[in-house]
Amino acid sequence: MISPGLAIPLSLAVPVVGFVAIWLLGKAPNLREAATILTGIILLGLTITVFLAVGEGQSPGYVLLNVFPDLPIAFRAEPLGAMFAVIASGLWLVNSVYSIGYMRGHNEPNQTRFYMSFAIAIASAMGVAYSANLFTLFIFYEVLTLSTFPLVTHKGDANARRGGRIYLGVLMGTSIGLLLPAVAWVYALTGTTDFELGGILARHVDETGPLVGVLLGLFAFGIGKAALMPAHPWLPNAMVAPTPVSAFLHAVAVVKAGVFSVLKVVIYIFGIDLLQVSGAAEPYMWIAGGSILLASAIAMHKDNLKARLAYSTVSQLSYVTLGAMLATQMGIMGGAMQIAMHALGKMTLFMCAGAIYVAAHKTLVSELRGLGRVMPFTFGAFFLGAMSIIGLPPMGGSWPKFFLMLGAADAGQLAMIVALMISSVLNVIYLLSIPIQAFYMSPDTDETGRAQGGNGALVQWGNLKEAPLLCVLPPVVTALGALALFFFANPLYDYLAPLMGGAG
Amino acid sequence: MSLLSQLPVLPVVLPLVAAPLTILMPNGRAPWAWATLIAWITFGICLTLLIEVAANGVISYELGDWAPPVGIEYRIDLANAIVLALVSGIAAVVFPFAFESIKKEIDGRQLSNFYCALLVCFTGLLGVTITGDAFNVFVFLEISSLSTYAMIALGARADRRALTAAFNYLVMGTIGATFFVIGIGLLYQATGTLNIADLAERLSGQDNRMVQAGFAFILVGVGLKVAMFPMHLWLPDAYTYAPSAVSAFIAATATKVAVYVLVRFSYTVFGLDFAFMQQAFTFVLLPLGVIGMFAASIVAVFQEDVKRMLAYSSVGQIGYILLGLALGTQLGLSAALVHVVNHGLMKGALFMAVACVVYRLGSHQGGAFEGLARRMPFTAGAFIVAGLSLIGVPLTVGFISKWYLLNAAFEAGHAWAAFLIVASSFVAVIYVGRIVELMLLRPVPTEGPYAGEIKEAPLSMIVPLWILVAANIYFGLRIEFTGGLASKAAEVLTFGSGGAL
Repeated sequence: MISPGLAIPLSLAVPVVGFVAIWLLGKAPNLREAATILTGIILLGLTITVFLAVGEGQSPGYVLLNVFPDLPIAFRAEPLGAMFAVIASGLWLVNSVYSIGYMRGHNEPNQTRFYMSFAIAIASAMGVAYSANLFTLFIFYEVLTLSTFPLVTHKGDANARRGGRIYLGVLMGTSIGLLLPAVAWVYALTGTTDFELGGILARHVDETGPLVGVLLGLFAFGIGKAALMPAHPWLPNAMVAPTPVSAFLHAVAVVKAGVFSVLKVVIYIFGIDLLQVSGAAEPYMWIAGGSILLASAIAMHKDNLKARLAYSTVSQLSYVTLGAMLATQMGIMGGAMQIAMHALGKMTLFMCAGAIYVAAHKTLVSELRGLGRVMPFTFGAFFLGAMSIIGLPPMGGSWPKFFLMLGAADAGQLAMIVALMISSVLNVIYLLSIPIQAFYMSPDTDETGRAQGGNGALVQWGNLKEAPLLCVLPPVVTALGALALFFFANPLYDYLAPLMGGAG
Repeated sequence: MSLLSQLPVLPVVLPLVAAPLTILMPNGRAPWAWATLIAWITFGICLTLLIEVAANGVISYELGDWAPPVGIEYRIDLANAIVLALVSGIAAVVFPFAFESIKKEIDGRQLSNFYCALLVCFTGLLGVTITGDAFNVFVFLEISSLSTYAMIALGARADRRALTAAFNYLVMGTIGATFFVIGIGLLYQATGTLNIADLAERLSGQDNRMVQAGFAFILVGVGLKVAMFPMHLWLPDAYTYAPSAVSAFIAATATKVAVYVLVRFSYTVFGLDFAFMQQAFTFVLLPLGVIGMFAASIVAVFQEDVKRMLAYSSVGQIGYILLGLALGTQLGLSAALVHVVNHGLMKGALFMAVACVVYRLGSHQGGAFEGLARRMPFTAGAFIVAGLSLIGVPLTVGFISKWYLLNAAFEAGHAWAAFLIVASSFVAVIYVGRIVELMLLRPVPTEGPYAGEIKEAPLSMIVPLWILVAANIYFGLRIEFTGGLASKAAEVLTFGSGGAL
């Protein structure tokens, strides 16, 4: 058994080794994919080791290197990061399996570059998850942005270039323009950037002064990956990427690294107490609430399935930001749980969208009528995923909504409860309508029985015509995972409970 | 009298003596090999000096055993030891790189003359840095400038506009040098000495019109050499039309040495307690630095010519240095010094990458960069890493600079300056991003002037290029040699100038 202290640096090193292996094996696709899968399995094992150790109350750490005398690149696992790491590495494994099915079913070019970029992206996500201070977090946050750029622009056409420009422009613009000065400012004020439960700022700033609000704003918008409006345009634009990229980066790694960072900053840099005393978080709470509703409203109008999912993601991410900005214990708990639950649910939806595209070459919601009868597994998984996103029992996604509402009630923000409820209703309309149309409405007549593409890899069985097995199995697995988490919410609650320790 | 005790004079004497010898050599490999050898030895000497100064403090050397202030003194403290190491280090990388590039870009009959000019320029830059005598600074500044004019003009074989570029630089550079020497003259009139340490002593407490005029003349004169906005007009043309290897060398060293002169005069000679100084910082250097940061960076965005884009970017980056300098604090000064070194490293690497493209494709227009990642992956990779460094992405030297600057700005209570710094680095994202997009996401051109089979640049270019790129990353992770020494240098300088105590 590897010690948790060692597992942390290894979980960064293993994907880098995988990166090299993928590069060397570029000429032999089967071996190359084996390298990816093997890396994924080892990585998952490592993150679980850390996860269990943190659950026992340890806080394993590792100092990589001292860049500045008092600013090391250092890692320290705590419950939130350990959870994020397990989710990211677990879903990376699932996604790698899915990518194989999708990329091959689709004959995408440049697959080696694709898997190499993925390996670096997951390594930097691990760096974000385990970071022991803001400085380290910022470094890996930036690496994550850069390593995902080749993924977003994978297709290389004019559309991809435009999407890539907006992706990099917004993410780099916010992180360099707002996040970096925020980090430097915290350092200038406190002389450290270490994450400490209860926050480090309280001792160094005027608690009721405007500075707390300004700094919080720099973080809230500077962490562009959290897609708090108006820093969200990169997300829908990044949908030009192949679906596995959208599934992984925009349901798991990139966006979750964003909201994870927001939570982390609120818990460990500001501290819930400071935000409660200063009331600095309230404006951002309203912005998050507005972001939730506005993005849902936009999603209603999107006929393109991936665009609809993208705006749904923008909306769902703001749930986490909202939880952080409520600055109550339950809000934090809701936000933290939302990271896990939304990852599973949204991952499922994206992978289903990809499976539909591979099997039937459909991208518009309006084209999906009756397709459920042909692709029952895909749409079944979609149905479960959508239920979880909406927050309906018995899906895991219902817990974060529950805790967020509790948090809003604790904070006395009834308007936020209303916002959450309206959002759920909107979610029902724009998400649940998709599988319902697919199952209950009859397909457009001229579409029936027409051979879709000449793809030999499709699974055909009687009337069924599903995507390749590797494309269908992963979403089914994640959908079942979202279902299972409904029943295992209590252990997760206990696991995350230390996060709330900072508040009085 | 051991050789070791003569070490401080060698960085000047060695290349100075070596330079005329190259003219005697036949055109071919010999002059290049000779110049490279000299650059390596000089680099070794400069490193030894840096280690010595870091361990034991200031080294003073009396030229010809004439005691200062009458004789000329070479005086090496941490500030100039760092710049010496930078200049000789860049030379040690660029000189070996130059062979293929220069052979292709200039007239073959002028090769030995070229390497002579290069060594003279090298001498001048080292001399400016090492000397402790104000008039000597002027002399070496002219030595380096005159040889630079000649080298820029040699670019005329590829593009005739190099001649006007050289001529413009000649006129502007001479005006700058004249202003500088007038300023020195006024100071001499006021104090009767030319030794920098002595000047500092005798000027302290003096504040009359003559000293103020001397200061103003020096500021403008050096400002021209630094390419301080709006006195930067000579720079874009000079960098664009000079032979590529020359651009790489002077972009990484010449303006840096001029910045060093500015630091030396503002912090040592005049000192922070010179009343005029604070005003010059607040009302001249700070605003000009900030305007330069933005104006030049924005102009860079619209350049089709990649060398010209990098040149404007240099003017913008000098804005950062001036901003750090003008904060007038120890942290600000160390940020400026750190960025002097770091910007040398990144700009050197970028210009060298462009030189590789010019070597294969004969052009530094944006079009030549289309699909470059497929044609010349090592060159493109180097450009991307150095470009990220220029933007200030973590794990590169550019990030270290930015961090120091931000920290200094917050510490000095100028939070607004911090936001201007990051806003301007976002402009860098745009202009670097444009080229990176061309290289990564455009297909290889199949028709037009840039079509055809293109091989990677030769190893003798790729290896030095990647050494510099590796330095960009290494010093982005290890800052003892850049940040650590620069902080100590800044401590000595501000302490000496009656600033922070």
